[in-house]
Amino acid sequence: MHLGKLFLNASLNFDWGDKMEQLIQQFVNGVSLGSIYALIALGYTMVYGIIKLINFAHGDIYMIGAYIGFALTTFLHVGFFPALIISMLLCALLGVLIEKVAYKPVRNSTRIAALITAISVSLFLEYGMMYFVKAETRTFPELLPNKQISILNTNAVLDIKNLYIIFVTISLMLILQYIIYKTKVGKSMRAVSLDRDAAQLMGIDMNKTISYTFAIGSALAGAAGVLVGTYYNSINPLMGVVPGLKAFVAAVIGGIGIIPGAVLGGFFLGMTETMVSAFGGSLYKDAVAFAVLILVLLAKPNGLLGRNIKEKV
Amino acid sequence: MKLFNKKNILSFLAVLIIYAIAGFFINTGFIDSYIFLNIVLIGINIILAVSLNLITGFTGQFSLGHAAFMSIGAYTAGILTAKLDQPFWIGIAGAALFASFAGIIIGIPTLRLKGDYLAIATLGFAEIVKIIGLNTEYIGGATGLNDIPRYTTWTWLYFCVVATVLFISNFVKSYKGRACIAIGEDEIAAEAMGVNTTYYKVLAFTLGAFFAGIAGALYANYFYFLKPDSFGFMKSIDILVIVVFGGMGSIKGSIAGAILLSVISLFLQGIPELRMVVYSLILFLIMVYRPQGIMGKSDFKFFKKRGVVNVYHQSK
Amino acid sequence: MSIIKVNNLSKSFGGVKAVSHINMAIDGGEIIGIIGPNGAGKTTFFNLLTGIYSPTSGEVIYNLDKEVSSKSFKPHKMTGYGVARTFQNIRLFKNMSIIDNVLLGYHNNMSYGLLSSLFRLPSFYKNETKAYDEALKLLEIFNLLDKKDELASNLPYGEQRKVEIARALAAKPKLLLLDEPAAGMNPNETKELTTLINWIKDEFKLTIILIEHDMSLVMGICSKVFVFDYGTLIASGTPNEVQNNEQVIKAYLGGE
Repeated sequence: MHLGKLFLNASLNFDWGDKMEQLIQQFVNGVSLGSIYALIALGYTMVYGIIKLINFAHGDIYMIGAYIGFALTTFLHVGFFPALIISMLLCALLGVLIEKVAYKPVRNSTRIAALITAISVSLFLEYGMMYFVKAETRTFPELLPNKQISILNTNAVLDIKNLYIIFVTISLMLILQYIIYKTKVGKSMRAVSLDRDAAQLMGIDMNKTISYTFAIGSALAGAAGVLVGTYYNSINPLMGVVPGLKAFVAAVIGGIGIIPGAVLGGFFLGMTETMVSAFGGSLYKDAVAFAVLILVLLAKPNGLLGRNIKEKV
Repeated sequence: MKLFNKKNILSFLAVLIIYAIAGFFINTGFIDSYIFLNIVLIGINIILAVSLNLITGFTGQFSLGHAAFMSIGAYTAGILTAKLDQPFWIGIAGAALFASFAGIIIGIPTLRLKGDYLAIATLGFAEIVKIIGLNTEYIGGATGLNDIPRYTTWTWLYFCVVATVLFISNFVKSYKGRACIAIGEDEIAAEAMGVNTTYYKVLAFTLGAFFAGIAGALYANYFYFLKPDSFGFMKSIDILVIVVFGGMGSIKGSIAGAILLSVISLFLQGIPELRMVVYSLILFLIMVYRPQGIMGKSDFKFFKKRGVVNVYHQSK
Repeated sequence: MSIIKVNNLSKSFGGVKAVSHINMAIDGGEIIGIIGPNGAGKTTFFNLLTGIYSPTSGEVIYNLDKEVSSKSFKPHKMTGYGVARTFQNIRLFKNMSIIDNVLLGYHNNMSYGLLSSLFRLPSFYKNETKAYDEALKLLEIFNLLDKKDELASNLPYGEQRKVEIARALAAKPKLLLLDEPAAGMNPNETKELTTLINWIKDEFKLTIILIEHDMSLVMGICSKVFVFDYGTLIASGTPNEVQNNEQVIKAYLGGE
């Protein structure tokens, strides 16, 4: 809301009531979009933290999550929450499988080779999916009550779906927080991301930790896929490309490898984008996202929450 | 070291002979327009790959935005030749200049960013260029820029490719090029030996962009038509793939890689539905079985070295 | 007239004082040893001498070609000021050949422009040929001529150290800083290196400052030794004086 006031002061000659409503509306939209980015960004950041790989296929796991949700709800008439959970589980499996089949062989290669491998997996998932489900856009069934609540007696409305998105995102983040800080798996993940060699010497099973990381990250992407499917109602095999890229941008803005950074970056990017759209720059919203990225990096080369580590001479 | 040694004279003759023979086949129609189209694509890809190799392979600056330099060159040439009725050489020169100006701009973040962070910043830069292109009416926005005259002939193409390869090979074998390679190997040691890393990183981006701009001009004036989407993220990746496939820091590798991958994608056009799936599998297999590229670092050494040339070489 | 003056030099990282209140004056043409236990701030001191770190307070003044203060130090400007160095953990360009490594040392002494390098104008051939011939001579001194086309990473450790010194010499310095030149060498190699360092000092008219743990090397060639402990200078003098200094013995052996 602080940001809102700022914008308002800048636009005094506008109709106050109208602007205020629009702002509240955009705030709600920004938080929803930010939730999605944050969910996807978490997977990016976790994988990067562990194996220093930009997993370009991550956006496509989100797309496959959406398709699994679509198949479950359309053909098997499963409800929202069961679909969400099954999709998360299947995506987790897919993530682990991708790591075992594709990334493990290049684990000790150069980072460019690993990056291109990730891109090849991404292309494989996109065009493999396109081959099987065809390129056309599918319509998600209406799963959630299509109800809208007016906020504070203004014309700004809060779609129930927004609440679902925010609720699911926050719950998943709390669970993730628990896993990372309270469980043994989480502890090994943190250890590996701090110092891989030392962690291995302390008896941490590298392969297992990597698998868990992929499983958790991919499950979050799968959840994001189902949420987006129900929110926007339409999905297609290339739907993961742009949000994947944006989520990666969010992760980098926050400081890649840092989990709270991904959440911060996600919400930051979501808000920025919706605000830019609201103020008439929708054509340029992606450009603004990338410009923000470059500016943040120039000011803080390791992201907002990243620490600047100088190479020891 | 002399200019007129046996090797240089032989190479010079070989260049002329290849030009004459291919030119003869093209003029007599033995090489038809479809094959020639693919030759144009290969030539453009060679220029793009060799110029990106200077930035990423030699200087070690990981760029995911090379297509942006190409697009700036392509649009500059398109505007100059189609809208302002300028001759082709002005189109090419303008393309190279504007692109290298963009190279200076994108070179500046490299002063602060490294590795993956630099990669994502260059990617962002390329996306911004694309979005500006999509929203600029003067160059046709999303519908594209039409009616660009077809000036790209065999002669233009061939000599642009030869010039790119020659200049970049000369550059990397000069002390300036050695400074760039040293930066890619170990920035701190390079600085300690007196290399102004700031200057050389920006120089690598500027030179790389210069030649990518020329590739853009050749593209624009062959295909009549430009649209911003052709120069997106995937195009940058395609160029990077050629460089890695050929071998980071190997100019011969980039040439061989450009030819091989163009031929592969030509064959894949026979199976349109599965084209990208097969392409992704080939990419994967290359990265698993030959991550150092087909040529490795053979420009420097002729014997093969086990192990991989790590661009990201991070010493502890 | 001393060629290096260090005035009250300090460097802190956060709260840690890595180097504090160092004063020294060094005359030309000597071999100076810097010794001290691990973590005493010796390498930090080198990094302050070569512009990799800038001092928290105090300054370094060189009087080699002209007077320069640490205020205008930048890592890439040091060779221009007549200062070249090697690194404790050997920083060769591993995927470049030995000769290319050494040629890089000539970077600041090359004078041809971008156009010459793209078009191979006569100045390219003039400069490159000259540097190449000089590099060969350097390699000959270090007995590495037959390995000039090997990749740096393929050389054994002791030879890599030598290449690093050759590369530094190529920059034509007046002051050469060697960070643990004998680390990882066997006694024979160390002995050979000791002779070599002494020889290059005279041949190239150098002042050499070296950090070293190998006392036989330090005692053998250094005319003056500075002892660091916990970031401060605890003693200085001839090798003999230092050897018998009580504070030095305490720093090395511990105790009261």
